Amino acid sequence: MCQITKKSYAGSLESSDVLVQISPNPGKGLEIDLKSTVKRQFGNAILATVNDVLREFDITEAFVSIDDKGALDCTIRARVSAAVCRAAALTDYHWKVG
Amino acid sequence: MVAEKIKLRRTMMYVSGSSPANIAQATIYGADSLMFDLEDSVSVNEKDAARFVIYHALKTIDFGDTETVVRINAINTETGRQDLEAIVRAKPDVIRLPKTSCAQDVWDAEAMIAKIERNIGFEEGTIKLMAALEDPSGILNAREIAKSSKRLIGMAIGAEDFVTSMKTTRSPLGVELATARGLLLMACREVGIYALDTVYSDINNDEGFLEEVKLIKQLGFDGKSCIHPRQIKPIHQVFTPTIKEIDYAIRTFGAIQEAEEKHSGVIALNGKMIDLPMVERARRVIRLADAAGILDGGAYGC
Repeated sequence: MCQITKKSYAGSLESSDVLVQISPNPGKGLEIDLKSTVKRQFGNAILATVNDVLREFDITEAFVSIDDKGALDCTIRARVSAAVCRAAALTDYHWKVG
Repeated sequence: MVAEKIKLRRTMMYVSGSSPANIAQATIYGADSLMFDLEDSVSVNEKDAARFVIYHALKTIDFGDTETVVRINAINTETGRQDLEAIVRAKPDVIRLPKTSCAQDVWDAEAMIAKIERNIGFEEGTIKLMAALEDPSGILNAREIAKSSKRLIGMAIGAEDFVTSMKTTRSPLGVELATARGLLLMACREVGIYALDTVYSDINNDEGFLEEVKLIKQLGFDGKSCIHPRQIKPIHQVFTPTIKEIDYAIRTFGAIQEAEEKHSGVIALNGKMIDLPMVERARRVIRLADAAGILDGGAYGC
């Protein structure tokens, strides 16, 4: 299991980007707060992507704030991954093929 | 035999790994190659995030026929080695090595890439390399760098670092780059790899930019790195053969065909003998015109 040990963030509030902030959430499990300029159309898809990345890192306890400015799925994936690595102080990410 | 269609590398546009918006829009401007940057355009604190952005973009976005290049950080740094671990797995067409000073720099990168390719089951040699020469050592070692690896598809001059190390600055006429451009070009031509010129940083100076593009085309470069979409079209225009050049090339091939039909040993056009270099130049014009969509090079065996 991957532990979120400190508050960290990745991304920006530029158009087509997303600002992801992750912080420890002791005893409260996983909470995700989503703001998005396209929440009505893509809110569920964004949450699915965020949850997918968190599962990949085996994160079960964290507060995740997502402020999306219309980012592509691959950008959301990249920003959540970077934020998790920073917040969990991970340095040996296992890059996958395909 | 129909020759292999040439790959155009007239324009290689920098796209910073810090900007997901620019990455998403990159293909619409029509550059021949897109160079996603992890090096100078990304601040030290954002290297990790940019690596994730480029890695996921390459795995997700369809860049079509546009060549994908990733400029990594120097491989003698931990950041550069981490870049390779990620980027090889995302399988760009080319990895560009910055600040290449000698053949050993290419061999080191090649060994690391080959190891990763073996580990993940890619055919060895799949990912090509480009070397950027950015200091006097790199320029003086251009020949050995050019010959260093079968993966190496081209070399580029990185002028900003180069002029700084030469204790000078860039000027409109580019005299400070004359020797470096010449040495790099000859090294590329000796082994038949691509030669790419440096960026023109003043994006508001259209006239100066166009002069430089004409200069480097005349010198023999295959193309130019660019930093803004508005620089792409003028470069393509300069590198597209003129009607006069195409007409002459077509007539050259007509003269060759006529001589073959007559079993004549001498080929002449307008009273001038056509020799091998002229045929080669004509072939290049036809291929460039073909690549630019002006005519079908196959009709001329090109």
